[in-house]
Amino acid sequence: METERKQEKKEKIPRQAMPEQDPARRIKNFDEVPLGYSPETAVKEARRCIQCKKPGCIAGCPVEVQIPKFIREIAAGDFLAAARTLKETNSLPAVCGRVCPQEDQCEKECVLGKKGEPVAIGRLERFAADYERARGEVSVPPVAPPNGKRVAVIGAGPSGLTIAGDLAKLGYEVTVFEALHKAGGVLIYGIPEFRLPKAIVEAEVAYLEKLGVKIVLNTVIGRLKTVDDLFAEGFHAVYVAVGAGAPVFMNIPGENLSGIYSANEYLTRSNLMKAYRFPEYDTPIIRGRNVAVVGGGNVAMDAVRTALRLGAQNAYIIYRRSEKEMPARIEEVHHAREEGVKFLLLTNPVEYLGDDGGWVRGVRCIRMELGEPDASGRRSPIPVPGSEFVIDVDTVVVAVGTMANPIVPATTPGLETNRRGYIVTLDEWGRTTRENVYAGGDIVTGSATVILAMGAGRKAAAAIHKKLGS
Amino acid sequence: MSPNYVITQKQNLSETVVRMEIRAPEIAKRRRAGQFVVLKIDEKGERIPLTIVDSDAEAGTITIIFQVVGKTTARMAEEMGVGDAFEVVQGPLGRPTEIENFGRVVCVGGGVGVGVIYPITKALKEAGNEVVSIIGARTKDLVILEDEMAAVSDRLIVCTDDGSYGFHGFVSVVLEDLIASGERIDRVFAIGPVPMMKVVAEVTRPAGIPTIVSLNPIMVDATGMCGACRVSVGGRTRFACVDGPEFDGHEVDFDLLTKRLRMYCEQEAEAYERHRCGWHGN
Repeated sequence: METERKQEKKEKIPRQAMPEQDPARRIKNFDEVPLGYSPETAVKEARRCIQCKKPGCIAGCPVEVQIPKFIREIAAGDFLAAARTLKETNSLPAVCGRVCPQEDQCEKECVLGKKGEPVAIGRLERFAADYERARGEVSVPPVAPPNGKRVAVIGAGPSGLTIAGDLAKLGYEVTVFEALHKAGGVLIYGIPEFRLPKAIVEAEVAYLEKLGVKIVLNTVIGRLKTVDDLFAEGFHAVYVAVGAGAPVFMNIPGENLSGIYSANEYLTRSNLMKAYRFPEYDTPIIRGRNVAVVGGGNVAMDAVRTALRLGAQNAYIIYRRSEKEMPARIEEVHHAREEGVKFLLLTNPVEYLGDDGGWVRGVRCIRMELGEPDASGRRSPIPVPGSEFVIDVDTVVVAVGTMANPIVPATTPGLETNRRGYIVTLDEWGRTTRENVYAGGDIVTGSATVILAMGAGRKAAAAIHKKLGS
Repeated sequence: MSPNYVITQKQNLSETVVRMEIRAPEIAKRRRAGQFVVLKIDEKGERIPLTIVDSDAEAGTITIIFQVVGKTTARMAEEMGVGDAFEVVQGPLGRPTEIENFGRVVCVGGGVGVGVIYPITKALKEAGNEVVSIIGARTKDLVILEDEMAAVSDRLIVCTDDGSYGFHGFVSVVLEDLIASGERIDRVFAIGPVPMMKVVAEVTRPAGIPTIVSLNPIMVDATGMCGACRVSVGGRTRFACVDGPEFDGHEVDFDLLTKRLRMYCEQEAEAYERHRCGWHGN
């Protein structure tokens, strides 16, 4: 009786809102938009959790974070314990608390969500991780004694960092090879500061180094050395997590005009190279007044919101389906709208128009309507004849997806890829057609989410440990 | 953690052209003719691609040659000396030059492009080719690597635009004369300013001589990730960083390349100007 009454009371606490920077102010800076829970708000939100006996949330999490346990610890005010619980299964909680699509994962399974709003698991995860970092009391879990086995990880993105952390804790000597000059992969070059502050990624990488992970930068595997060279150097296993880093263009006329970027380039300039701080930083970026971003995913939202912060008067999303089919998270679309992004839905570019100097000056678009569902289950867009129109632009960002970067597969004999260039895995544990070569993340699945890539890293860590650990 | 990319030697080849040796043992071991590195001076620096001119696997060093054209190269020339280190030296990048015994080849280098054609010329010579080299510069003081080129060529012709040294005229004119004289040429390699490569390609096109050019568009990551370096070759968009940097000169859209190279002219001028005025604020 008593428990029942208690639960009733709990459900009456509404889901705690996330305080955010005001849209009018935030489009003038690159600071983070959501400000994070205060300890009081976090405790209040944590107390909404009814601590299910069979928690659906854990099953909804690709890395199976012990969600009820860490939330219980927050509710009890032991925030550091909550952070430790998170890190038992998730090496990057401050990142996941920010960029995971919780609405499709843990929070989707939350019992409270059946009738009302689910517990804000992501916001609580972020709170616990941020609290620990702010206190400067970042705990390092016990690391097993060295087992003499060496593992090479190719790519310091979410998947590579996850497997590195897991194997280091198990006593492996782990070296991560990164092509760029900073570790983090998409967390560093792709996701903007206002959504994921780079100091957080740096702190998570520093934590892995504390676990004994060695990170070697500026090293393009496939060019400086090959996977076979790594085995010759004495590595016992190799995990390939190079992502789906190659940009996709639409191959329409005028796409090579100056002022037209791939999303990868636009975001890399701004995020990795800090071009938004030019000329303090040396890398330039075009600060367009009329910027069109083509695409409807999270990357498109990141690009269009970056354009606003770089001073765009008009920032457009051009997307060929309707808002319902947009792959971006609802929260990202909402943030973009609040900031004044103009959505040109059911619209597709067909040609870019340039001036004599080779600069983009306009984009010719065509209206679309939705027909029958396609292979993805979404209704496929069909051009409406005679509906073409031109909008004036001086900058365009093409954010219609990415594909596999062939450098590693092409230089690793026996490593099978599918016809789209992604590495073929033999099972869910990331085994490939090459003995002791494992793969995971976007180079296997095509572009997906940070947390799925991390999940693949965890599984491959378990598989490598099973193979080499005894 | 990253290796310490220290400058071990530095030498001015002309008023604006500098030669540097940098410690990068793994790259030195691995690199082949035609490949390049990306350099970044420090935290706030930009990433710039530069061809590897030479390497010494034993000493663990690579050689680069650059011309001062903006803030980064000005800082490298003025502020960096022996003992200083780059934050980033990433490479070797790009596809190596296809080297085989073609027979009789002509290597054409213009300006600082002579630094780029040199390792290719050397490799072609080592592969048994008969090598005729034509190098040029605006004026005598800007001619670089004359002795080095002479050492790896069967014949070397030096040109200057102003006639202050060697042949008075463009490298393309010398090449045109060579072709007109009926000398058999199996392949031409041309590296230099875009207008020079464009003219060379026009000169060899009627004669049907395969002509390889090396393109140096703007790059950021230089691993195929960003597409900044896209060029049009035979009507197809290619990425110079991973598909090149060398392409069939008869197929390259040089006008597009020229336009795309101007994309950041304003910003580059601003950064250079602030650098020259000793501007160090935020």
